[in-house]
Amino acid sequence: MLIRTKAEIPSSEITPRETYMNRRAFMARAATAGVVASVAAVAGGGISRLMRPRDVEAAEKLNVVGSPLSLTGEAPTSFEDITHYNNFYEFGVDKGDPARYAGTLKTRPWAVQVEGLVKQKKTFDIDALMKLKQMEERVYRFRCVEGWSMVIPWAGYSLSEFIKACDPLPGANYVQFISLADSKTEKLPFDAGISWPYSEGLRMDEAMHPLTLLTFGLYGEVLPNQDGAPVRLIVPWKYGFKSAKSIVKVKFVKSQPETTWSVMSPGEYGFYSNVNPNRDHPRWSQKTERVIGAPIYAQRKPTLMFNGYGDQVASLYAGMDLKKNY
Amino acid sequence: MSKRWIVVLKVVGHAACLGPVVWLLWLLYLSVTTQPDALGPDPTHTVTFFTGRATLRLLVITLAVTPVRRLIPKLGWLVRFRRMLGLYAFFYACLHLMTYVWLYAGWSWAAMVDDISQRRFIVAGLTAWLMLVPLALTSTSWSIRKLGGKNWNRLHWLTYAAAISGVVHYWWGVKSGVKSPLAITVVLGVLLVARPILAALQSTGRRAQNTAKA
Repeated sequence: MLIRTKAEIPSSEITPRETYMNRRAFMARAATAGVVASVAAVAGGGISRLMRPRDVEAAEKLNVVGSPLSLTGEAPTSFEDITHYNNFYEFGVDKGDPARYAGTLKTRPWAVQVEGLVKQKKTFDIDALMKLKQMEERVYRFRCVEGWSMVIPWAGYSLSEFIKACDPLPGANYVQFISLADSKTEKLPFDAGISWPYSEGLRMDEAMHPLTLLTFGLYGEVLPNQDGAPVRLIVPWKYGFKSAKSIVKVKFVKSQPETTWSVMSPGEYGFYSNVNPNRDHPRWSQKTERVIGAPIYAQRKPTLMFNGYGDQVASLYAGMDLKKNY
Repeated sequence: MSKRWIVVLKVVGHAACLGPVVWLLWLLYLSVTTQPDALGPDPTHTVTFFTGRATLRLLVITLAVTPVRRLIPKLGWLVRFRRMLGLYAFFYACLHLMTYVWLYAGWSWAAMVDDISQRRFIVAGLTAWLMLVPLALTSTSWSIRKLGGKNWNRLHWLTYAAAISGVVHYWWGVKSGVKSPLAITVVLGVLLVARPILAALQSTGRRAQNTAKA
């Protein structure tokens, strides 16, 4: 029997919608933006687009309950920053591109195909998938390989629940996730250098870890298109690119699958890509990170091993040299 | 070009070169007072790219002065603005370097040494800045006299090296797939090719004139 408990922290209380949706502030900002943008255009700076009025619309509310796996004591990043500053290369390489162009993404009808080493091939309709288990709010740290970080209240349930429903065979050592690649609804820019579709993967024990979240929402609402709607992965102890967006296929496989970034640039991005301050990216340091939304003088803070989730996940990598298996 | 016009244009030039930094300081002020998102979600990144791009743009404009004068002899007076443009390029390069020292290295020598020993994009950027230092120091009329026009000219070829190093720094600093350095690279490329082509054209022109005279 499913016992519905009341959410410990309803997401609406974390950042009141009024704070990020305050109409008056929004209008004032839009007015300033007009003046400011014209000055910027004259000054020739590329900064004017930062002043573009924002376009956040209310989305469908989700039924979520709290979770002991949520982070406490760290203020979540604003809804606006989470939805207007992220990478989703299917819509362009600029971090403003997803918000700008993901409106064309069609999230209904949507199905997730399950294949590979499973008892039986299956197709999950998105609406059925969303009802498979009680969704929880999981406030997680999010660390991008580029050196910035956020704290995000996601909504979803542990991927392990979904995997159980897939009935994988004993030989399935890895799970591969394939994102949508549809040139009709996505830009799929050629110059991103990616061979679409985007592919990511996890070792089975990583995929089964309770922290690994099959994610449908953000701030208690349905995921906005630009954040990987309608269903994505969140693996909070790994760099953000491991958390595949807009998933259409889940494949259970015997050996380590090819994953987009590790194929494109193996020296920079490994299969594991655990957050690791001791293993620098060849071009920049991973020892610290810039907190998104923090004031400029207080933006930098030390990066934690496994993004602060070491107590829960370090045992998965016991005996492995994490500088080699980066 | 009358002296009066030169003065007017100099004022406009200073305003145009100072405009971006005034604008940036204004946003900085807003971001720590009433409007936290004035510099965008990632203010460190914004300031870094703003100052870096301003440096490269000004360097390229400085380098464009001579070819433009050769192409359009009427615009010969542009040379009077070259020193100013070059010094502003150095000014923005210093701001860019300060951004790194403050917001990335956190004033830590250890962090800077670590970066220099491991990261080629840092080395390329630092090299570009170091090349600009002697150019800024020898920008006075006194230096030109002291060095002699020929030596001074030779030394100031370094501007090209600094611009190339700066563009390389830009490419190495961005993620693979990001093509934002392309525009400035193309412009610099055109300028690099323009110099020898213009020189060749002018020498054949002169030869033709000489033959015609003979």
